[in-house]
Amino acid sequence: MTDTTDTESAPVEELESDQDPSAPEMSVADQRRATHDMWVSGTEDTYPFAAATDEGAQEMLPQADDPGASMQAGIAVDDDYTSEVLVDPDERQIINMGPQHPSTHGVLRLHLELEGETVRRVKPIIGYLHTGMEKTAETLTYAQGGTNVTRMDYLAPFHNELAYSLTVEQLLGLEVPARASAIRVLMTELNRVASHLLWAATQGMDIGALSMMIYGWREREICLDFFEKTTGLRMNHNYIRPGGVAADLPDGWQDDVTNLIAVVSAGIGEYEELLNENPIFLDRTMGVGVITPQECKEYGVTGPMARASGVDWDLRKAAPYCGIDQYDFDVPLGRHGDVHDRYTVRMEEMRQSLHIAGQIVETIPSGDYRAEDRKVTPPPRKRIDESMEALIHHFKLFTEGINVPEGTAYQSVEGPRGELGCLIVSKGGTRPWRMHWRAPSFAAVQALPVMMTDSLLADVVASLASADPVLGDVDR
Amino acid sequence: MTGEMPTVESDSSAVPGTENDLVASVIDGFDGATVTEHATASSATVYHQVSVSVDDWVSVVRKAKNAGFDAFVDLYAVDHFAQAPRYEVGVNLISMENNQRIIISTRVPYDDATVPTLTGVFVGANFYEREAYDLIGIDFPGHPDLTRILLPDEWVGHPLRKDSSVGAIPVQFKAGSVDL
Repeated sequence: MTDTTDTESAPVEELESDQDPSAPEMSVADQRRATHDMWVSGTEDTYPFAAATDEGAQEMLPQADDPGASMQAGIAVDDDYTSEVLVDPDERQIINMGPQHPSTHGVLRLHLELEGETVRRVKPIIGYLHTGMEKTAETLTYAQGGTNVTRMDYLAPFHNELAYSLTVEQLLGLEVPARASAIRVLMTELNRVASHLLWAATQGMDIGALSMMIYGWREREICLDFFEKTTGLRMNHNYIRPGGVAADLPDGWQDDVTNLIAVVSAGIGEYEELLNENPIFLDRTMGVGVITPQECKEYGVTGPMARASGVDWDLRKAAPYCGIDQYDFDVPLGRHGDVHDRYTVRMEEMRQSLHIAGQIVETIPSGDYRAEDRKVTPPPRKRIDESMEALIHHFKLFTEGINVPEGTAYQSVEGPRGELGCLIVSKGGTRPWRMHWRAPSFAAVQALPVMMTDSLLADVVASLASADPVLGDVDR
Repeated sequence: MTGEMPTVESDSSAVPGTENDLVASVIDGFDGATVTEHATASSATVYHQVSVSVDDWVSVVRKAKNAGFDAFVDLYAVDHFAQAPRYEVGVNLISMENNQRIIISTRVPYDDATVPTLTGVFVGANFYEREAYDLIGIDFPGHPDLTRILLPDEWVGHPLRKDSSVGAIPVQFKAGSVDL
C-alpha cells in the first residue's frame, strides 16, 4: 500500500543484527509481525498477544516510525498510495458510495474522488437517519427519556442509558446503591462485548472473511439472550434508569454469565485462529487506514480507535464511573493506528470486559437494585395497595415525572466506540430544557477522510468497517 | 496578565491547587471570564466550565489548547430562549496528560447569533459547528463549509430552537389510505 522502494531498500542485515545470533533467522515479514504488538497501559510491558502474530509468511511493508500529524487528510501517513500510472487531474472521477451500500453500516454516504483506483478526496455525507431525538428528548419527561436515548446508539443501548442516568442523577444529587452500580457495570461491559462481536463479524465480512460474520453473530446471540432474560428485550432495553436499574438480575444469572464468559472466550480464540494467521486478512488490515495520535485528538476520535493509535485514554481509568475502578482490568493499546491494531485492541478489550464481568459475579454486593427515593423510583407494587402515600408517589411519578432542579451537567462513559457523553441543561421541572449528545461515531465519521485519502478504493471498506460507526449514533 | 483576577465559584474545596492553576492560567488576562466547578459521577474528577465573552472565544480556546487541553471532544449549542443573551455555544476539551476536562462556553444574542469558527484551532470542530448551525442556527464566520449536515439542504428553520415546535411540519404518509 505504500511506496515499494522502502521494502526493497530496507537492509535485511540491519534487521537481523538486532537478533540473537543463535535464534532462527527471521524474515522481514516476521520482523514486522513481531513489532506489531500491544502494550499494557501505564507500563512498558508488551502485551502477550504479540506471540500470536509473530508467525507466518506475509511480506509486510515498513511503517514510518513517526508519521507526524497531518492535519489535512493524512498526507504523511504510510498508507498513502501513489498511482503508478499518471492520471490527468481532469480525469478524476467522483463516485458515490452509499447511502444504501451494504458495507456502509447503515446509511452513510461517501463521495469518493478517484484518480485511477486511488482515493484522492473523501467527503462523508450524513443525516439520512436523523430523527430529531435531541428535540424529542425535550418533550419527554426524565422518566421517559431512557426509552428515547437507548435508541441512539442501538448497538450500545446500555451505555446510552448509563450516560443519561448518570447525568440525571448528577443534577438530582442522587447516590445509587452499590448493587445497582455493579449491575450497571456488568451490563455495560457485556454490552461492550456484544458490540465488539458485531464489529468483528462485520469487519470480517467486509474484507472477505465471510465465516467470521457467522461466528460473531453466534456468540453475540448468547449476550443478547442474557440481556433478554434480564431486561425482557434484546435491544433498546430501558433497563438502566435514573436511580438504579429497572429490575434485579434474574435467578441463576451467575451461571448464565459464567457460561457466557466461557463460550465467548472460546469464541474469541476461534476468531484469532481464523484471522491472526490469515494472509488475506493481514494484507487487508496491516498499514491500512492509519490515523495518528495527534489526528485523533484534533478530530475528537476516542475509544478503541484512539487507543489503537497509542492514545492512552480510557474513561474507565481516567474518570471511573459506577465504581468500575474497583475491578482489575488492563487497557490494551496499539502502536500503529491501522486497521489491524484496531482489531487487536478490540479483541483484547472483549477479554478485559469478560474479566470484569467474571469479577462482578464473585464480588457483587447484596442490597437494593435502585435508590429508595420515592421522588425518583416508583414504590414496590405491594406498597401501593397498603399505603396512600405510595399510591400518590406512584401516580405522580408516572404522570408528572421526576422533578429535576435547575442546572447543567455533562457526564460521559466509555462506550464501545469511545467517549459517549450526555449534556443536559435543566431549567427545573420534569423535562430537560436541552439534551445534547456527544456521539463517538460522529467524530469517527468526521475522521474517515484522514484514514481513506490517498489509499486504494478497496481499502475504503476496511477503514470504514474498522471505525465501527453506528449511524443511529451519528445522526440521532 | 492584565485585568482582574478571575472569579472562581467553587462548590467543592477538594480540588488540588495545580488543577485550578491550569484552568486559571487559561483565563488569565481575559476580563469577565468566570469559572464554575462541576462534580461528575466519578468522585475523583471534576470539570470546570469557563464562560468567556464572544470576542475572547477563539483566543481562550487556543490558549487552552496550548496549555494542554489538546484533545477536542465536543462542541454544543443551547437555545436559552427567554434569557439574554439567548444562545450558548460551548466546547469540551480534555487534557489527557493532566486528566482534566474543561468546557469553555460563550453567549451570543438573538440578533447577532455569530461565533467565530474554531476550525482554525481544532479541525475537528468542523462537523460540530455544522451541526450547531443546522439545528440551532448559529453562524460561524470563517468556517470552510458551513452547510446543513443532518437536515436536507432545502430545510427551512432550525429545529432545536425553542420557538420551533414539535409537529409544526405536517408529515405526509404516502402509503395506503385510511377511511375515517
